[in-house]
Amino acid sequence: MKLRANLVIGGSLFALAIIVGLLAPWLAHTDPVMDANLMNAEEPPSWTWWFGTDGQGRDIYSRVVYGARISLTVGIVSQLINSIIGVGLGLSAGYFGGWWDDVVNALTNLMLAIPSLIFALAIMAVLGPGLTSLLIALGLTNWSFTCRLARASALSLRNQGYVQAATVLGYGDLRIMITQLLPNMLGPIVVIGTLGMGSAVLSEAALSFLGLGVRPPFPSWGSMLSEARDQITTAPWLSVFPGLAIFLTVLGLNLLGDGLRDILDPQSRSRRT
Amino acid sequence: MLSFLIRRILQTIPTVLAVVLLVFVLFSVVPGSIVSTMSDDSDPQVELRMKKQLGLDQPVYMRFGVYVARLATGDLGASFRTREPVTTMIAKRAWPTLQLIFASMAFAVLLGVPLGFIAALRPGSLVDTVSMVLAVSGLSLAKFWLGLLLMYLFALRLGWLPSFGYGDGSLKYLILPAVTLGVSPMALLARTTRAAVLEIMTADFVRTARSKGMSETRVVKWHVMRNALVLILTTMGLQFGALMGQAVVVEKLFSWPGIGSLLVDSVLQRGIPAVQGSILVVVLFFLAINLLIDVLYGVIDPRIRYA
Repeated sequence: MKLRANLVIGGSLFALAIIVGLLAPWLAHTDPVMDANLMNAEEPPSWTWWFGTDGQGRDIYSRVVYGARISLTVGIVSQLINSIIGVGLGLSAGYFGGWWDDVVNALTNLMLAIPSLIFALAIMAVLGPGLTSLLIALGLTNWSFTCRLARASALSLRNQGYVQAATVLGYGDLRIMITQLLPNMLGPIVVIGTLGMGSAVLSEAALSFLGLGVRPPFPSWGSMLSEARDQITTAPWLSVFPGLAIFLTVLGLNLLGDGLRDILDPQSRSRRT
Repeated sequence: MLSFLIRRILQTIPTVLAVVLLVFVLFSVVPGSIVSTMSDDSDPQVELRMKKQLGLDQPVYMRFGVYVARLATGDLGASFRTREPVTTMIAKRAWPTLQLIFASMAFAVLLGVPLGFIAALRPGSLVDTVSMVLAVSGLSLAKFWLGLLLMYLFALRLGWLPSFGYGDGSLKYLILPAVTLGVSPMALLARTTRAAVLEIMTADFVRTARSKGMSETRVVKWHVMRNALVLILTTMGLQFGALMGQAVVVEKLFSWPGIGSLLVDSVLQRGIPAVQGSILVVVLFFLAINLLIDVLYGVIDPRIRYA
């Protein structure tokens, strides 16, 4: 019962965020960047301004709607990069073993020693702010868990009968890894990927909040909150809605990840219940 | 024990060296000369002189050699702007950061572990459901958003606590940042504790203890708690790393004068020696904490031996 609730609520929240992001031009009331009008500055939420307006008279509702695009793009794309790096390194390390395994292990340990947000911050410092830099910074810093998981699965799978059969049939290494090993480890990797997307959304918000992510005036939920901090006494509503959007999106991904884990990773279900 | 400690410390050396190399390489490929962003007048002679002063006219590998040699003596370089040694900058800010990290970890452990325990002892109950909903919500919050809301409520509305700053270093300044930072490790600890306790409750040795007539309180106290502690410790160790990362955001939000805000400010001003130094110190701290936890494993669980 609880299993379904996770999946349904999480899936719906995530789907809602995606729909909002896709339909942003139709859902938004005004242009999120251009429509600044000081006549409307710092209006509290009302029927005209659903979420209120900011210090430059921009409609917060429209900015939150457009902000979904940045958060989701960064969340999905950077996690895809992480998953590809993690699976690529982990799977090959577990399959081939030997010196390559040692190299991958050393790399993973190095990644685990540096807190990922700090590493991402350092990369942003080098690349400068912007969407591409965000994708690179967050895509390169959060693959270690996927890598460990893929390596462990590959180690246990490579001696299975069907993998040996594939070797005997003369399949190449790459073909064995992709057609025989990968499908059998996908479940837990999808789970980690879903949870990782949530943390990427949070990291994007954090970096943008620090002024290292998406540059204003483009509406990122994180940079909106950074502007809100300075006006918290005069316009507290500015601090509410972007944060709520982050919360609901990440909550959706976390619940979805938990729900998927219950289905795709039965081992952990028996551990948990 | 001693040989274990020495071996573990030796094991961290390659990691530390790799981090040093990584951080150095990362910042020596910064596009654009640091000097040209520093001086407004683009007189090439001035630029050359500054480069020479800072040793930036040397090839990269030479600079790396000098950097490592200085590191070995505890010299992290000096700020390009103010010429203040990075070691002093970090030393001044280490204590506030340590206060913040340990206070939030204490908050997380004191709240999260009992919450997970209570939830696990009555699985499926209202307490269980509510605490797990709270836990997943705690993990989904943006830390600085929570901080902003707490700041608004407890500082600006109710006036109970100062809204930001370090003040005289007293406890009231620490509460809001520490709670903000502590919420997500608390949530994670509650979940881990619950999962660990649920798993241990079905273990053979618990069934044996019960069947020989041991009271439930004693079973939980003697068998379940001790075994759950290992998993809780592991989670704590990993969470210290995440805390160090998140501290950057929380320190910035609350204008807390720690290493995290030093790191952000240095990144924004391209103060490279301070960035390199702060990252290195954070990594060293994280490695030290993990070493400590490895030692604690053996204290809690005698089955783990340091062979």
